[in-house]
Amino acid sequence: MLSVRGVGYTYPGAPAPALNEVTLEVARGEWTALIGANGSGKSTFAKICNALLIPTQGACFVRALDTSIEENQRVIRQCVALVFQNPEDQIVASIVEEDVAFGPENLGLPHAEIRRRVDDALELVGLASYRRRGSYSLSGGQKQRLALAGALALAPEVLVLDESTSMLDPEGREDFLACLKSLKKNGMTIVQITHRMEEAVESDRIVVMSRGRNVWDGAPAAFFDGAYRNWDFEEPDEVALYRALLADGFVPNATPPTVDAMMGALCLS
Amino acid sequence: MRFMNGISLGQFIPGDSPIHNLDPRCKIASTFALLAGLFLASTPYDFILWGGLLALLSHFSKISIGTILRSGRPVLFLIVITVILNLFWTPGHELFRIGPLAVTREGAVFAFSMGMRLYFLVVFAAMLMMTTSPMSFSDGLERLFSPFSKIGFPASEMAMMMTIALRFIPTLFEETDRILKAQISRGADFESGGLIKRAKSFIPVLIPLFVLVFQRAENLATAMEARCYVPGAKRARLNPLAWRMGDTLAIAFVLGYIAFVMFAERTLFRALPL
Repeated sequence: MLSVRGVGYTYPGAPAPALNEVTLEVARGEWTALIGANGSGKSTFAKICNALLIPTQGACFVRALDTSIEENQRVIRQCVALVFQNPEDQIVASIVEEDVAFGPENLGLPHAEIRRRVDDALELVGLASYRRRGSYSLSGGQKQRLALAGALALAPEVLVLDESTSMLDPEGREDFLACLKSLKKNGMTIVQITHRMEEAVESDRIVVMSRGRNVWDGAPAAFFDGAYRNWDFEEPDEVALYRALLADGFVPNATPPTVDAMMGALCLS
Repeated sequence: MRFMNGISLGQFIPGDSPIHNLDPRCKIASTFALLAGLFLASTPYDFILWGGLLALLSHFSKISIGTILRSGRPVLFLIVITVILNLFWTPGHELFRIGPLAVTREGAVFAFSMGMRLYFLVVFAAMLMMTTSPMSFSDGLERLFSPFSKIGFPASEMAMMMTIALRFIPTLFEETDRILKAQISRGADFESGGLIKRAKSFIPVLIPLFVLVFQRAENLATAMEARCYVPGAKRARLNPLAWRMGDTLAIAFVLGYIAFVMFAERTLFRALPL
């Protein structure tokens, strides 16, 4: 789906590259958590994925389309939608439904199709009853779900979330993650950049970035089995619980360390 | 304590009236026609007819005549100055004299017409803003100006700019509020001293605000690009404008009314004294 091959990127005027020799394949329907310290190149990577930045080295392909070719960029941006950290910076229009329509309007879709996409996207994020409301009147969590709806209205195949939950309160984060889970169930490919280990643990795959390189890549279970100590990541409560359950033999070895999976295993046993 | 209050949609008064539901293009064009009409026909008697039109507009927009008349208040000062200047500095038949200043008959007539003309200009323009939501206003402007995009006029960019500006007004109020509070919590004083001292004390608010606006703009531009926005490219619309029969009738009525006022001025009102 997404293929990053030996990508390097140096910001204009910057002395050192922000990304260096990053090679990564993201499969369709996969939920990848991208973690790493500030300045490790995660956000740069997100912008490389949808052709906002063009690699200065190597190449990035979306559905085998090269992001450096200008004619491809519209399709690529439609296919890989980005949701940023601060919802305030992504909302364009004063009315909720008009903001969601911004992407489809840019694609020049027919009126009925725009209407359908707007309604579907608002339904998916649970803001259908707010469609005529002013976007400024929403709460932080609702605003971020609005930003998500705006991205979904492009009908993307990949969703790249650049610390999209970091400004939300616990309740807002919960709602947002619930949206992501249902999207994932419907086959959405998700690349989630996050600092929160309890979010990373929910993913299918963890990629660790450090100083512009991807230094670790594997399943969450393997990551929290010890690898995480190499980069000062904290062990989330879920993993501590998982370890305790595993040691006492309550859950089988192959269980992923997520709350849902552990609950499933406990209820079975 | 909240310093910046109220989320403004300009003068717009949401409603569901025949005038609210007109196409914004119709309303914008009619308003321009009316503004031109005011310059073409503005003898004192004409304002009886213009006033009659306001009463009609009030009826069909379900906005009270009081609200409509009050919309001219911001320019009252300008009107008073205009009236005074014209009253005393127009040569002609002297009516009476206050000290060295003579009031002429021509001056009185001219001052009245000028004052009323200014007032009606503002009220008609306000009528447009009160019955048209900012979004549909910017849509209408874009469509009206779109023929000029062939000669390089950035009609759709202009409309997009208006949309974004409107979207960010409440945000900027919030940010200003936040910065004000932050500076107050660090001991800034915005409420004492003379005008100049107070103006100066706002510098520590304006500078962070400007920095913030530029950061916002940069982030927003990235987010817009990520959502496939290409400046100048043709965009579709969620709610496309639809010109209906009622719009044609409305604009025909306005043009007819202007013609009627001009006709009345040249025939009926000519027979009256002044």
